[in-house]
Amino acid sequence: MSTEVKSFPLEQHATPDGIKLPIYMDNHATTPVDPRVLEEMLPYFTEKFGNAASRNHAFGWAGEEGVEIARERIAKLIGATSKEIIFTSGATESDNLAIKGVAEMYKQKGNHIITAVTEHKAVLDTCKRLEKYGYRVTYLPVQKNGLVDLDELKRAMDDKTILVSIMFASNEIGVIQPVEEIGKMCRERGVIFHTDAVQAIGKVPVDVNKQNIDVMSITAHKLYGPKGVGALYVRRKNPRVQISPIIDGGGHERGMRSGTLNVPGIVGLGKACAIASEEMTREAAYLGGLRDRLKDRIMSRLDEVYINGTMEHRLPGNLNISFAYVEGESLLMGINDIAVSSGSACTSATLEPSYVLKALGTGDDLAHSSIRFGIGRFNTQAEVDYVSDRVVETVTRLRELSPLYEMAKEGVDLKSVKWAAE
Amino acid sequence: MAYSDKVLDHYSNPRNVGSMDKTSNEVGTGLVGAPECGDVMKLQIKVNPQTNVIEDAKFKTFGCGSAIASSSLATEWVKGKTVEEALQIKNTEIVKELSLPPVKIHCSVLAEDAIRAAIHDWKKKQGVDEPAPVSAGAQSH
Repeated sequence: MSTEVKSFPLEQHATPDGIKLPIYMDNHATTPVDPRVLEEMLPYFTEKFGNAASRNHAFGWAGEEGVEIARERIAKLIGATSKEIIFTSGATESDNLAIKGVAEMYKQKGNHIITAVTEHKAVLDTCKRLEKYGYRVTYLPVQKNGLVDLDELKRAMDDKTILVSIMFASNEIGVIQPVEEIGKMCRERGVIFHTDAVQAIGKVPVDVNKQNIDVMSITAHKLYGPKGVGALYVRRKNPRVQISPIIDGGGHERGMRSGTLNVPGIVGLGKACAIASEEMTREAAYLGGLRDRLKDRIMSRLDEVYINGTMEHRLPGNLNISFAYVEGESLLMGINDIAVSSGSACTSATLEPSYVLKALGTGDDLAHSSIRFGIGRFNTQAEVDYVSDRVVETVTRLRELSPLYEMAKEGVDLKSVKWAAE
Repeated sequence: MAYSDKVLDHYSNPRNVGSMDKTSNEVGTGLVGAPECGDVMKLQIKVNPQTNVIEDAKFKTFGCGSAIASSSLATEWVKGKTVEEALQIKNTEIVKELSLPPVKIHCSVLAEDAIRAAIHDWKKKQGVDEPAPVSAGAQSH
């Protein structure tokens, strides 16, 4: 029997306005590799293919050189030293290594870990695993604006607390946590502070010393680098942090992460960081401008549109909004020439609406109606205008179809209705 | 998720969208689902009191594309049928017609519920009060 391969049409076609469809605006999920990144990576697949751990020939040295340049570039972007960078396969592994590695290393000191309910599953599920092994985990709630309440954090800390893991910026709502203050509180109590910074790095300034960060997860594919490569920053002094490895083997990466290094990927991550060091300030202003334009063009033309999470502390390219009375998946269907995400249950594998939005106190109905826009380096103003027009047009059409919108317009309080399926 | 052509067609060109006067004696209204669950369907029928034939049907749906398509299809199917014939429509037939994947079967269940609820409402107006209809597959999720 032959295996039939079904391919999805990904060829972009141009509109009369010169916009290529479909438009990619889901840059929190992943980003395209910047051509400048790819260019630097290519030689490391072919002529410079050596194993960076081969110490006795030029092939190995060439690989090692590529890796060490990358390490320097990453360190420079985050204010670290190159010896503090450990390469991994990506953010999920970095989060696992950080949390399990610290938990194991400091288990004599305590067994309590603090995190927040809005963390990525790579953090939450790692903590859940540790609970099975006798660790105690506090899952902090967040405020309506999406931010952790520092008083709550303070109250949660006790003399058994060894680790606090709070993300730098949210992958869903883009809100930026008060990392510096959290780090300061941890430092004062001798607690290790880990932050999953995959959405923040290269988008907003990250400085591990200024922000009191001890361990930090990094990934390449969110900042125009390749998939399958990431890093973990592990502080070497003031204080020196140690982590136990979770993968055993040849003792690569100073024993913290065995496994042959993904040299082309690492070179790509390094180049992506070098570009970010140069261009981040300008790019953040550009993305922030596009994001505000998108927001204004939608909100000025539609009523009952709600922004999820604070606009004040937020990634410049992120917009997460709920369109009341319209279900997210049907909205995505209507704007099928635009790639974005929804917090609707229908778009998730679990049939549950976004737990992040629920944690903000957003009702299930509005969580079902949410769309996440992730504007990135390669988006243009013309695309933003096209997207906002299509969204307004589709929401308007779907509201005409929505019994809830009709009821709301008739003055029915939807909360007071006794729904049959509840 | 890839949608069947029929779902896409009903989503893009939904049939019988609209509302009828829910206070009219000839009109039966079914409102099923819940906003928290991500789908709510309103299905209305206008029945000829002499023949019991459903002469018109309208719907409005808050929900995913499959929910919109299921209710749009339901209005097409009930039109021209007698009330008793319309009660015979099974959610499995909607699943088959629209090629709904397993995760979307609840949309068809909701459409069947909406038909039953509309007929129940109409019957009530005709002085026939029966227990509220719940289809075998009805589920809250």
